[in-house]
Amino acid sequence: MRPLAVIAIVAAVCTACGSDPVAPSATPARASFDPALISNGAQLAAIGNCQSCHTAEGGRSFAGGRAIETPFGTFYGTNITPDPDTGIGRWSEEAFARALREGVDREGRHLYPAFPYEYYTRLTDEDIHALYAYIATREPVRAENRPHELRAPFNMRSLLGTWKALYFERGTFRPDPARDAQWNRGAYLVNGLGHCGACHTPRGALGAEKKDQPFSGGVAEGWHGPALNAGSPAPVPWTAEQLFKYLRTGLDDVHAIAAGPMDPVVRNLARAPEEDVRAMAAYLEALAGPPSAERRKNADAALAQAKAGSRANGRGAEIYAGTCAACHDRGREAGSGGALPLALGTAMTIPTSSNLLRITLEGIAPPEGEPGRSMPGFADSLTDGQVKDLAAYIRSEFGRAAAWTDVDEELKKIREERR
Amino acid sequence: MISLEVNGKTQELDADPATPLLYVLRDHLQLNGAKFGCGLGQCGACSVLVDGRAVFSCVTPISTLAGRRITTLEGLGTPEKPGRVQRAFIAEQAAQCGYCIPGMIMQAQALLERTPHPTSAEIRKHMSGNLCRCGTHMRIMRAVERAAREP
Repeated sequence: MRPLAVIAIVAAVCTACGSDPVAPSATPARASFDPALISNGAQLAAIGNCQSCHTAEGGRSFAGGRAIETPFGTFYGTNITPDPDTGIGRWSEEAFARALREGVDREGRHLYPAFPYEYYTRLTDEDIHALYAYIATREPVRAENRPHELRAPFNMRSLLGTWKALYFERGTFRPDPARDAQWNRGAYLVNGLGHCGACHTPRGALGAEKKDQPFSGGVAEGWHGPALNAGSPAPVPWTAEQLFKYLRTGLDDVHAIAAGPMDPVVRNLARAPEEDVRAMAAYLEALAGPPSAERRKNADAALAQAKAGSRANGRGAEIYAGTCAACHDRGREAGSGGALPLALGTAMTIPTSSNLLRITLEGIAPPEGEPGRSMPGFADSLTDGQVKDLAAYIRSEFGRAAAWTDVDEELKKIREERR
Repeated sequence: MISLEVNGKTQELDADPATPLLYVLRDHLQLNGAKFGCGLGQCGACSVLVDGRAVFSCVTPISTLAGRRITTLEGLGTPEKPGRVQRAFIAEQAAQCGYCIPGMIMQAQALLERTPHPTSAEIRKHMSGNLCRCGTHMRIMRAVERAAREP
Protein backbone atom coordinates (compact mmCIF):
# COMPACT_ATOMS: atom_id res chain seq x y z
CA MET A 1 0.00 0.00 0.00
CA ARG A 2 1.18 3.54 -0.73
CA PRO A 3 2.54 5.34 2.33
CA LEU A 4 0.17 8.28 2.02
CA ALA A 5 -2.80 5.92 1.94
CA VAL A 6 -1.51 4.32 5.12
CA ILE A 7 -1.29 7.74 6.75
CA ALA A 8 -4.81 8.64 5.70
CA ILE A 9 -6.29 5.44 7.07
CA VAL A 10 -4.41 5.51 10.34
CA ALA A 11 -5.10 9.22 10.77
CA ALA A 12 -8.78 8.51 10.42
CA VAL A 13 -8.76 6.04 13.27
CA CYS A 14 -6.20 7.77 15.45
CA THR A 15 -7.73 10.25 17.82
CA ALA A 16 -5.25 10.09 20.67
CA CYS A 17 -3.05 12.84 19.29
CA GLY A 18 -0.99 15.18 21.45
CA SER A 19 -0.60 15.21 25.21
CA ASP A 20 -1.44 17.48 28.11
CA PRO A 21 0.77 20.48 28.72
CA VAL A 22 3.29 20.41 31.54
CA ALA A 23 2.80 23.48 33.75
CA PRO A 24 5.32 26.24 33.05
CA SER A 25 8.04 26.64 35.64
CA ALA A 26 10.94 29.04 35.90
CA THR A 27 14.40 27.68 35.08
CA PRO A 28 16.12 26.63 38.32
CA ALA A 29 19.00 28.86 39.43
CA ARG A 30 22.52 27.80 38.57
CA ALA A 31 23.35 27.43 42.27
CA SER A 32 20.73 24.70 42.57
CA PHE A 33 22.83 22.40 40.39
CA ASP A 34 26.03 20.66 41.44
CA PRO A 35 28.84 21.94 39.15
CA ALA A 36 29.93 18.33 38.58
CA LEU A 37 26.44 17.55 37.31
CA ILE A 38 26.57 20.48 34.88
CA SER A 39 29.92 19.35 33.56
CA ASN A 40 28.65 15.79 33.20
CA GLY A 41 25.71 17.22 31.25
CA ALA A 42 28.12 19.12 28.99
CA GLN A 43 29.90 15.90 28.10
CA LEU A 44 26.64 14.12 27.46
CA ALA A 45 25.43 16.99 25.27
CA ALA A 46 28.65 16.58 23.27
CA ILE A 47 27.91 12.89 22.70
CA GLY A 48 24.34 13.82 21.74
CA ASN A 49 25.68 16.38 19.22
CA CYS A 50 22.93 18.72 20.46
CA GLN A 51 24.75 21.87 19.52
CA SER A 52 25.08 20.87 15.89
CA CYS A 53 21.36 21.07 15.07
CA HIS A 54 20.46 23.72 17.63
CA THR A 55 23.06 26.31 16.60
CA ALA A 56 23.04 28.33 13.38
CA GLU A 57 26.27 28.83 11.49
CA GLY A 58 28.06 31.64 13.27
CA GLY A 59 25.13 31.93 15.71
CA ARG A 60 24.90 31.77 19.50
CA SER A 61 25.18 28.30 20.99
CA PHE A 62 21.87 26.43 21.33
CA ALA A 63 19.87 29.43 20.10
CA GLY A 64 18.60 27.50 17.09
CA GLY A 65 18.16 28.57 13.48
CA ARG A 66 20.27 26.01 11.68
CA ALA A 67 18.67 24.70 8.50
CA ILE A 68 18.49 20.92 8.23
CA GLU A 69 17.61 19.61 4.78
CA THR A 70 15.56 16.43 4.66
CA PRO A 71 13.46 14.65 2.05
CA PHE A 72 10.40 16.23 3.71
CA GLY A 73 11.59 19.81 3.56
CA THR A 74 13.76 22.09 5.64
CA PHE A 75 13.72 21.93 9.41
CA TYR A 76 15.15 24.73 11.52
CA GLY A 77 16.84 23.80 14.77
CA THR A 78 14.97 25.33 17.70
CA ASN A 79 16.16 27.61 20.47
CA ILE A 80 16.90 25.43 23.50
CA THR A 81 18.54 28.11 25.61
CA PRO A 82 16.67 28.90 28.83
CA ASP A 83 15.11 32.08 27.43
CA PRO A 84 11.57 32.01 28.87
CA ASP A 85 9.82 33.43 25.78
CA THR A 86 11.69 32.05 22.80
CA GLY A 87 13.68 29.17 24.30
CA ILE A 88 12.82 26.48 26.81
CA GLY A 89 13.11 28.64 29.91
CA ARG A 90 9.65 27.60 31.11
CA TRP A 91 10.34 23.89 30.82
CA SER A 92 10.56 21.91 34.02
CA GLU A 93 12.78 18.85 34.09
CA GLU A 94 9.61 16.81 33.70
CA ALA A 95 8.77 18.58 30.43
CA PHE A 96 12.37 18.25 29.25
CA ALA A 97 12.43 14.53 30.02
CA ARG A 98 9.11 14.01 28.27
CA ALA A 99 10.40 15.74 25.12
CA LEU A 100 13.44 13.45 25.04
CA ARG A 101 11.52 10.27 25.81
CA GLU A 102 8.20 10.83 24.04
CA GLY A 103 8.78 13.53 21.45
CA VAL A 104 6.27 15.98 22.92
CA ASP A 105 6.96 19.63 23.73
CA ARG A 106 5.99 21.34 26.98
CA GLU A 107 2.67 22.46 25.57
CA GLY A 108 1.89 18.87 24.62
CA ARG A 109 2.42 19.11 20.86
CA HIS A 110 4.13 16.33 18.97
CA LEU A 111 7.69 17.00 17.90
CA TYR A 112 9.00 16.02 14.48
CA PRO A 113 11.37 13.06 14.64
CA ALA A 114 14.06 15.24 13.07
CA PHE A 115 14.61 15.67 16.80
CA PRO A 116 15.90 12.14 17.45
CA TYR A 117 13.65 11.11 20.33
CA GLU A 118 13.45 7.66 18.74
CA TYR A 119 16.92 7.25 20.24
CA TYR A 120 16.77 9.60 23.24
CA THR A 121 13.85 7.55 24.56
CA ARG A 122 16.49 5.12 25.82
CA LEU A 123 18.21 7.67 28.07
CA THR A 124 18.49 7.00 31.80
CA ASP A 125 16.99 9.33 34.39
CA GLU A 126 20.48 10.30 35.58
CA ASP A 127 21.62 11.32 32.11
CA ILE A 128 18.48 13.36 31.49
CA HIS A 129 18.98 15.04 34.85
CA ALA A 130 22.56 15.99 33.91
CA LEU A 131 21.54 17.20 30.44
CA TYR A 132 18.82 19.34 32.00
CA ALA A 133 21.32 20.84 34.43
CA TYR A 134 23.62 21.72 31.54
CA ILE A 135 20.98 23.17 29.22
CA ALA A 136 19.23 25.07 32.04
CA THR A 137 22.50 26.81 32.92
CA ARG A 138 23.36 28.02 29.41
CA GLU A 139 23.10 31.70 28.68
CA PRO A 140 19.52 32.55 27.67
CA VAL A 141 19.35 33.92 24.13
CA ARG A 142 16.28 35.67 22.83
CA ALA A 143 15.76 34.25 19.35
CA GLU A 144 12.40 33.36 17.87
CA ASN A 145 12.17 29.92 16.33
CA ARG A 146 11.98 29.93 12.57
CA PRO A 147 9.03 27.86 11.30
CA HIS A 148 9.98 24.69 9.45
CA GLU A 149 9.42 24.72 5.69
CA LEU A 150 7.96 21.29 4.95
CA ARG A 151 6.16 19.92 1.95
CA ALA A 152 2.51 18.89 2.30
CA PRO A 153 1.35 16.71 3.98
CA PHE A 154 4.42 16.68 6.25
CA ASN A 155 3.69 20.25 7.34
CA MET A 156 0.61 18.95 9.24
CA ARG A 157 1.90 18.44 12.75
CA SER A 158 -1.26 16.58 13.73
CA LEU A 159 -0.21 13.68 11.52
CA LEU A 160 2.75 13.06 13.80
CA GLY A 161 0.48 11.24 16.26
CA THR A 162 -0.19 8.74 13.53
CA TRP A 163 3.46 8.51 12.60
CA LYS A 164 4.36 7.81 16.20
CA ALA A 165 1.62 5.22 16.55
CA LEU A 166 3.05 3.45 13.52
CA TYR A 167 6.77 3.75 14.10
CA PHE A 168 7.79 5.16 17.45
CA GLU A 169 8.63 2.71 20.21
CA ARG A 170 9.08 4.15 23.64
CA GLY A 171 11.71 2.17 25.37
CA THR A 172 14.52 1.95 27.83
CA PHE A 173 17.96 0.53 27.27
CA ARG A 174 18.28 -3.05 28.45
CA PRO A 175 21.86 -4.19 29.00
CA ASP A 176 22.87 -7.55 27.55
CA PRO A 177 24.18 -9.60 30.50
CA ALA A 178 26.14 -11.81 28.10
CA ARG A 179 28.32 -8.80 27.11
CA ASP A 180 30.88 -6.89 29.13
CA ALA A 181 30.34 -3.47 30.68
CA GLN A 182 32.23 -1.63 27.95
CA TRP A 183 30.10 -3.15 25.17
CA ASN A 184 26.94 -2.31 27.08
CA ARG A 185 28.06 1.27 27.66
CA GLY A 186 28.84 1.54 23.94
CA ALA A 187 25.47 0.05 22.99
CA TYR A 188 23.69 2.53 25.27
CA LEU A 189 25.54 5.52 23.81
CA VAL A 190 25.42 4.46 20.14
CA ASN A 191 21.72 3.56 20.21
CA GLY A 192 20.65 6.29 22.62
CA LEU A 193 22.27 9.65 23.03
CA GLY A 194 24.70 9.24 20.12
CA HIS A 195 21.77 8.42 17.78
CA CYS A 196 24.22 6.99 15.23
CA GLY A 197 21.39 5.14 13.49
CA ALA A 198 19.77 8.46 12.59
CA CYS A 199 22.24 8.74 9.71
CA HIS A 200 23.61 5.19 9.40
CA THR A 201 20.34 3.21 9.28
CA PRO A 202 18.15 3.35 6.15
CA ARG A 203 14.71 4.94 6.37
CA GLY A 204 11.44 4.30 4.61
CA ALA A 205 9.31 6.73 2.61
CA LEU A 206 7.91 8.29 5.79
CA GLY A 207 11.27 8.72 7.45
CA ALA A 208 11.01 5.82 9.86
CA GLU A 209 14.01 3.60 10.49
CA LYS A 210 13.96 0.28 8.68
CA LYS A 211 14.26 -1.59 11.92
CA ASP A 212 15.17 -4.87 10.25
CA GLN A 213 18.27 -3.29 8.66
CA PRO A 214 20.01 -1.50 11.52
CA PHE A 215 23.24 0.30 10.63
CA SER A 216 23.16 -0.90 7.04
CA GLY A 217 23.75 2.62 5.67
CA GLY A 218 21.56 5.72 5.70
CA VAL A 219 21.28 9.31 4.55
CA ALA A 220 22.11 12.63 6.19
CA GLU A 221 21.67 16.04 4.61
CA GLY A 222 22.47 14.75 1.13
CA TRP A 223 25.36 12.59 2.36
CA HIS A 224 25.41 8.81 2.58
CA GLY A 225 26.05 7.50 6.09
CA PRO A 226 28.01 4.30 5.38
CA ALA A 227 26.96 0.95 6.80
CA LEU A 228 28.49 0.23 10.20
CA ASN A 229 27.47 -3.42 10.37
CA ALA A 230 29.05 -6.42 8.62
CA GLY A 231 28.15 -4.73 5.31
CA SER A 232 30.66 -1.92 6.02
CA PRO A 233 32.03 -0.53 2.74
CA ALA A 234 35.37 0.41 4.34
CA PRO A 235 38.14 -1.10 2.20
CA VAL A 236 40.07 -1.92 5.40
CA PRO A 237 38.00 -3.32 8.31
CA TRP A 238 37.91 -0.94 11.26
CA THR A 239 39.47 -1.90 14.58
CA ALA A 240 38.18 -0.44 17.85
CA GLU A 241 41.43 1.50 18.22
CA GLN A 242 41.03 3.07 14.76
CA LEU A 243 37.37 3.86 15.41
CA PHE A 244 38.34 5.54 18.67
CA LYS A 245 40.96 7.64 16.93
CA TYR A 246 38.55 8.63 14.17
CA LEU A 247 35.67 9.49 16.51
CA ARG A 248 38.02 11.52 18.65
CA THR A 249 40.06 13.36 16.01
CA GLY A 250 38.15 13.01 12.75
CA LEU A 251 41.08 11.26 11.16
CA ASP A 252 42.30 7.75 10.78
CA ASP A 253 45.12 7.32 8.32
CA VAL A 254 43.89 4.10 6.71
CA HIS A 255 40.18 4.96 6.64
CA ALA A 256 38.79 8.40 6.56
CA ILE A 257 38.73 12.09 7.29
CA ALA A 258 35.46 13.23 8.80
CA ALA A 259 33.45 15.35 6.38
CA GLY A 260 29.91 16.61 5.98
CA PRO A 261 27.57 15.93 8.90
CA MET A 262 30.22 13.73 10.56
CA ASP A 263 32.52 16.71 11.10
CA PRO A 264 30.53 18.26 13.98
CA VAL A 265 30.07 14.79 15.48
CA VAL A 266 33.80 14.21 15.87
CA ARG A 267 34.37 17.79 17.03
CA ASN A 268 31.90 17.13 19.81
CA LEU A 269 33.23 13.68 20.65
CA ALA A 270 36.66 15.24 21.16
CA ARG A 271 35.15 16.76 24.31
CA ALA A 272 33.37 13.62 25.52
CA PRO A 273 34.91 11.36 28.17
CA GLU A 274 37.60 9.15 26.63
CA GLU A 275 36.17 5.96 28.11
CA ASP A 276 32.77 6.69 26.57
CA VAL A 277 34.25 7.12 23.10
CA ARG A 278 36.27 3.93 23.62
CA ALA A 279 33.06 2.14 24.57
CA MET A 280 31.32 3.37 21.40
CA ALA A 281 34.30 2.19 19.34
CA ALA A 282 34.29 -1.23 21.02
CA TYR A 283 30.56 -1.61 20.37
CA LEU A 284 30.93 -0.58 16.72
CA GLU A 285 33.82 -2.98 16.17
CA ALA A 286 31.70 -5.81 17.58
CA LEU A 287 28.73 -4.69 15.48
CA ALA A 288 30.71 -5.16 12.25
CA GLY A 289 32.04 -8.48 13.54
CA PRO A 290 35.33 -10.12 12.65
CA PRO A 291 36.22 -9.59 8.97
CA SER A 292 35.92 -12.53 6.60
CA ALA A 293 38.99 -13.98 4.91
CA GLU A 294 37.89 -12.38 1.64
CA ARG A 295 37.54 -8.97 3.25
CA ARG A 296 41.01 -9.26 4.76
CA LYS A 297 42.41 -10.15 1.35
CA ASN A 298 40.70 -7.13 -0.23
CA ALA A 299 42.04 -4.94 2.56
CA ASP A 300 45.60 -6.07 1.82
CA ALA A 301 45.06 -5.26 -1.84
CA ALA A 302 43.72 -1.79 -0.99
CA LEU A 303 46.67 -1.09 1.30
CA ALA A 304 49.11 -2.19 -1.40
CA GLN A 305 47.34 0.00 -3.98
CA ALA A 306 47.50 2.98 -1.62
CA LYS A 307 51.29 2.62 -1.44
CA ALA A 308 51.77 2.05 -5.15
CA GLY A 309 49.89 5.08 -6.51
CA SER A 310 47.79 5.17 -9.67
CA ARG A 311 48.72 4.20 -13.22
CA ALA A 312 45.67 4.27 -15.48
CA ASN A 313 45.21 6.51 -18.54
CA GLY A 314 42.23 8.43 -19.85
CA ARG A 315 40.44 11.73 -19.35
CA GLY A 316 39.53 11.05 -15.73
CA ALA A 317 43.04 9.84 -14.92
CA GLU A 318 44.53 13.02 -16.40
CA ILE A 319 42.30 15.18 -14.24
CA TYR A 320 43.15 13.06 -11.20
CA ALA A 321 46.86 13.43 -11.93
CA GLY A 322 46.70 17.22 -12.13
CA THR A 323 44.04 17.87 -9.51
CA CYS A 324 44.11 15.19 -6.82
CA ALA A 325 47.40 13.34 -7.00
CA ALA A 326 49.60 16.01 -5.41
CA CYS A 327 47.94 15.28 -2.07
CA HIS A 328 46.27 11.90 -2.47
CA ASP A 329 48.75 9.81 -4.42
CA ARG A 330 52.29 8.51 -4.62
CA GLY A 331 52.36 6.65 -1.39
CA ARG A 332 51.47 9.60 0.79
CA GLU A 333 50.00 8.77 4.16
CA ALA A 334 47.04 10.58 5.61
CA GLY A 335 48.69 11.13 8.97
CA SER A 336 51.88 12.72 7.67
CA GLY A 337 50.52 15.87 6.10
CA GLY A 338 49.28 14.18 2.96
CA ALA A 339 45.69 13.28 2.25
CA LEU A 340 43.95 9.93 2.40
CA PRO A 341 44.94 7.58 -0.45
CA LEU A 342 41.66 7.09 -2.28
CA ALA A 343 42.05 3.29 -2.36
CA LEU A 344 41.35 3.36 1.39
CA GLY A 345 38.35 5.67 1.45
CA THR A 346 34.69 4.79 1.84
CA ALA A 347 33.38 7.53 -0.49
CA MET A 348 34.72 5.43 -3.39
CA THR A 349 33.06 2.15 -2.37
CA ILE A 350 29.57 3.14 -1.14
CA PRO A 351 26.58 2.55 -3.45
CA THR A 352 26.10 6.26 -4.21
CA SER A 353 28.35 8.91 -5.72
CA SER A 354 26.98 11.58 -3.36
CA ASN A 355 29.85 11.72 -0.87
CA LEU A 356 32.62 11.73 -3.47
CA LEU A 357 30.86 14.44 -5.50
CA ARG A 358 30.21 16.58 -2.43
CA ILE A 359 33.82 16.37 -1.29
CA THR A 360 35.11 17.01 -4.81
CA LEU A 361 32.91 20.05 -5.37
CA GLU A 362 32.76 21.55 -1.89
CA GLY A 363 36.05 20.40 -0.42
CA ILE A 364 36.49 19.96 3.32
CA ALA A 365 36.74 22.98 5.58
CA PRO A 366 36.71 23.32 9.35
CA PRO A 367 34.16 25.73 10.84
CA GLU A 368 35.28 29.36 10.62
CA GLY A 369 37.97 30.15 13.14
CA GLU A 370 38.59 26.53 14.11
CA PRO A 371 41.55 24.37 13.18
CA GLY A 372 41.01 21.23 11.15
CA ARG A 373 41.68 19.34 7.94
CA SER A 374 41.13 21.26 4.78
CA MET A 375 40.73 20.34 1.14
CA PRO A 376 39.91 22.85 -1.59
CA GLY A 377 36.61 22.41 -3.43
CA PHE A 378 36.69 22.10 -7.21
CA ALA A 379 33.18 23.34 -8.01
CA ASP A 380 34.55 26.36 -9.84
CA SER A 381 37.51 24.74 -11.56
CA LEU A 382 35.93 21.58 -12.99
CA THR A 383 33.04 21.50 -15.44
CA ASP A 384 30.24 18.96 -15.02
CA GLY A 385 31.73 16.81 -17.76
CA GLN A 386 35.11 16.85 -16.04
CA VAL A 387 33.60 15.99 -12.66
CA LYS A 388 31.83 13.01 -14.27
CA ASP A 389 35.02 11.79 -15.96
CA LEU A 390 36.91 12.16 -12.71
CA ALA A 391 34.23 10.38 -10.65
CA ALA A 392 34.05 7.52 -13.14
CA TYR A 393 37.81 7.08 -13.00
CA ILE A 394 38.02 7.26 -9.21
CA ARG A 395 35.13 4.82 -8.80
CA SER A 396 36.70 2.19 -11.03
CA GLU A 397 40.36 2.72 -10.12
CA PHE A 398 40.04 3.17 -6.35
CA GLY A 399 36.53 1.92 -5.58
CA ARG A 400 37.16 -1.22 -7.65
CA ALA A 401 33.42 -1.40 -8.27
CA ALA A 402 30.84 -1.08 -11.05
CA ALA A 403 30.12 2.44 -12.30
CA TRP A 404 27.66 4.56 -10.31
CA THR A 405 24.35 5.19 -12.01
CA ASP A 406 23.38 8.25 -9.95
CA VAL A 407 26.18 10.66 -10.91
CA ASP A 408 24.09 12.91 -13.19
CA GLU A 409 21.30 13.20 -10.66
CA GLU A 410 23.56 13.81 -7.64
CA LEU A 411 25.69 16.32 -9.50
CA LYS A 412 22.63 18.29 -10.57
CA LYS A 413 21.35 18.31 -7.00
CA ILE A 414 24.63 19.58 -5.54
CA ARG A 415 25.03 22.23 -8.25
CA GLU A 416 21.49 23.46 -7.55
CA GLU A 417 22.15 23.66 -3.80
CA ARG A 418 25.21 25.80 -4.50
CA ARG A 419 23.30 28.38 -6.57
CA MET B 1 49.54 21.08 -28.53
CA ILE B 2 47.01 22.54 -26.13
CA SER B 3 45.32 25.84 -26.77
CA LEU B 4 44.49 28.15 -23.86
CA GLU B 5 42.79 31.54 -23.73
CA VAL B 6 44.73 33.68 -21.26
CA ASN B 7 43.83 37.34 -20.66
CA GLY B 8 41.98 37.43 -23.96
CA LYS B 9 44.82 35.97 -26.03
CA THR B 10 44.98 32.46 -27.45
CA GLN B 11 48.17 30.61 -26.51
CA GLU B 12 49.40 27.39 -28.11
CA LEU B 13 51.37 25.24 -25.70
CA ASP B 14 53.37 22.07 -25.92
CA ALA B 15 52.93 20.61 -22.43
CA ASP B 16 51.72 17.47 -20.67
CA PRO B 17 47.93 17.69 -20.21
CA ALA B 18 48.31 17.06 -16.47
CA THR B 19 50.62 20.10 -16.06
CA PRO B 20 49.22 22.56 -13.53
CA LEU B 21 48.08 25.83 -15.04
CA LEU B 22 50.38 27.69 -12.61
CA TYR B 23 53.51 26.14 -14.16
CA VAL B 24 52.38 27.03 -17.65
CA LEU B 25 51.57 30.62 -16.66
CA ARG B 26 54.92 31.18 -14.99
CA ASP B 27 57.30 29.01 -17.02
CA HIS B 28 55.83 29.19 -20.52
CA LEU B 29 53.99 32.49 -20.61
CA GLN B 30 56.11 34.54 -18.17
CA LEU B 31 52.97 35.62 -16.33
CA ASN B 32 54.50 35.70 -12.86
CA GLY B 33 51.62 37.31 -10.96
CA ALA B 34 50.30 34.01 -9.69
CA LYS B 35 52.64 32.61 -7.05
CA PHE B 36 53.64 29.10 -6.05
CA GLY B 37 52.88 28.79 -2.36
CA CYS B 38 52.08 25.26 -1.30
CA GLY B 39 51.30 23.45 -4.55
CA LEU B 40 48.41 21.71 -2.79
CA GLY B 41 45.53 24.14 -3.08
CA GLN B 42 45.86 25.06 0.58
CA CYS B 43 47.11 28.65 0.53
CA GLY B 44 45.57 30.52 -2.41
CA ALA B 45 48.71 32.35 -3.61
CA CYS B 46 48.21 30.86 -7.08
CA SER B 47 44.56 31.97 -7.48
CA VAL B 48 43.50 32.99 -11.00
CA LEU B 49 40.08 33.32 -12.63
CA VAL B 50 38.59 30.66 -14.88
CA ASP B 51 35.32 31.78 -16.46
CA GLY B 52 35.13 34.49 -13.81
CA ARG B 53 35.51 32.16 -10.82
CA ALA B 54 38.64 31.99 -8.67
CA VAL B 55 40.48 28.67 -8.86
CA PHE B 56 43.79 27.46 -7.48
CA SER B 57 46.00 27.22 -10.56
CA CYS B 58 48.45 24.85 -8.84
CA VAL B 59 45.82 22.08 -8.79
CA THR B 60 44.17 22.91 -12.10
CA PRO B 61 45.60 20.77 -14.91
CA ILE B 62 45.64 22.44 -18.33
CA SER B 63 43.68 19.52 -19.76
CA THR B 64 40.58 20.94 -18.02
CA LEU B 65 40.86 24.41 -19.56
CA ALA B 66 40.12 24.02 -23.26
CA GLY B 67 37.63 26.65 -24.37
CA ARG B 68 37.59 28.39 -20.99
CA ARG B 69 38.49 31.98 -20.17
CA ILE B 70 41.58 32.37 -17.94
CA THR B 71 42.32 35.73 -16.31
CA THR B 72 45.50 36.36 -14.33
CA LEU B 73 46.62 39.33 -12.25
CA GLU B 74 48.18 40.77 -15.41
CA GLY B 75 44.75 40.68 -17.05
CA LEU B 76 43.26 43.08 -14.49
CA GLY B 77 45.53 46.04 -15.24
CA THR B 78 49.06 47.30 -15.71
CA PRO B 79 51.44 49.19 -13.39
CA GLU B 80 50.50 52.34 -15.30
CA LYS B 81 46.80 51.59 -15.32
CA PRO B 82 45.91 49.22 -12.47
CA GLY B 83 42.44 47.73 -12.27
CA ARG B 84 39.86 48.66 -9.66
CA VAL B 85 40.79 45.98 -7.11
CA GLN B 86 44.50 46.58 -7.68
CA ARG B 87 44.01 50.33 -7.07
CA ALA B 88 42.16 49.61 -3.84
CA PHE B 89 44.97 47.35 -2.58
CA ILE B 90 47.52 50.06 -3.41
CA ALA B 91 45.43 52.78 -1.75
CA GLU B 92 45.11 50.71 1.43
CA GLN B 93 48.78 49.63 1.23
CA ALA B 94 47.44 46.12 1.72
CA ALA B 95 50.72 44.25 1.48
CA GLN B 96 53.57 43.45 3.74
CA CYS B 97 55.76 40.83 2.07
CA GLY B 98 53.15 40.79 -0.69
CA TYR B 99 53.49 37.15 -1.69
CA CYS B 100 49.84 36.29 -1.09
CA ILE B 101 48.46 39.51 -2.53
CA PRO B 102 48.09 38.50 -6.21
CA GLY B 103 45.94 35.59 -5.04
CA MET B 104 44.00 37.85 -2.68
CA ILE B 105 43.33 40.31 -5.50
CA MET B 106 42.08 37.57 -7.82
CA GLN B 107 39.88 36.10 -5.12
CA ALA B 108 38.45 39.57 -4.35
CA GLN B 109 37.91 40.19 -8.06
CA ALA B 110 35.90 36.96 -8.33
CA LEU B 111 33.82 37.93 -5.30
CA LEU B 112 33.02 41.43 -6.55
CA GLU B 113 32.10 40.22 -10.03
CA ARG B 114 29.28 38.15 -8.53
CA THR B 115 28.55 40.08 -5.34
CA PRO B 116 29.24 43.78 -6.01
CA HIS B 117 28.45 44.85 -2.44
CA PRO B 118 29.50 42.03 -0.10
CA THR B 119 29.07 42.21 3.66
CA SER B 120 32.12 41.91 5.87
CA ALA B 121 31.08 38.32 6.71
CA GLU B 122 30.77 37.48 3.01
CA ILE B 123 34.25 38.85 2.33
CA ARG B 124 35.73 36.82 5.19
CA LYS B 125 34.01 33.66 4.09
CA HIS B 126 34.91 34.07 0.44
CA MET B 127 38.57 34.89 1.17
CA SER B 128 38.98 32.16 3.81
CA GLY B 129 40.88 29.85 1.45
CA ASN B 130 43.63 32.45 0.95
CA LEU B 131 46.28 32.65 3.63
CA CYS B 132 48.41 35.63 4.64
CA ARG B 133 51.23 34.93 7.06
CA CYS B 134 52.28 38.53 7.65
CA GLY B 135 48.99 39.43 9.31
CA THR B 136 47.83 41.98 6.73
CA HIS B 137 44.25 40.77 7.02
CA MET B 138 42.73 44.02 8.25
CA ARG B 139 44.22 45.98 5.36
CA ILE B 140 43.13 43.32 2.90
CA MET B 141 39.60 43.56 4.27
CA ARG B 142 39.68 47.35 3.90
CA ALA B 143 41.01 47.05 0.36
CA VAL B 144 38.18 44.73 -0.68
CA GLU B 145 35.62 47.03 0.96
CA ARG B 146 37.17 50.02 -0.82
CA ALA B 147 37.10 48.24 -4.17
CA ALA B 148 33.41 47.49 -3.62
CA ARG B 149 32.71 51.20 -3.03
CA GLU B 150 34.58 52.44 -6.09
CA PRO B 151 33.12 52.45 -9.58
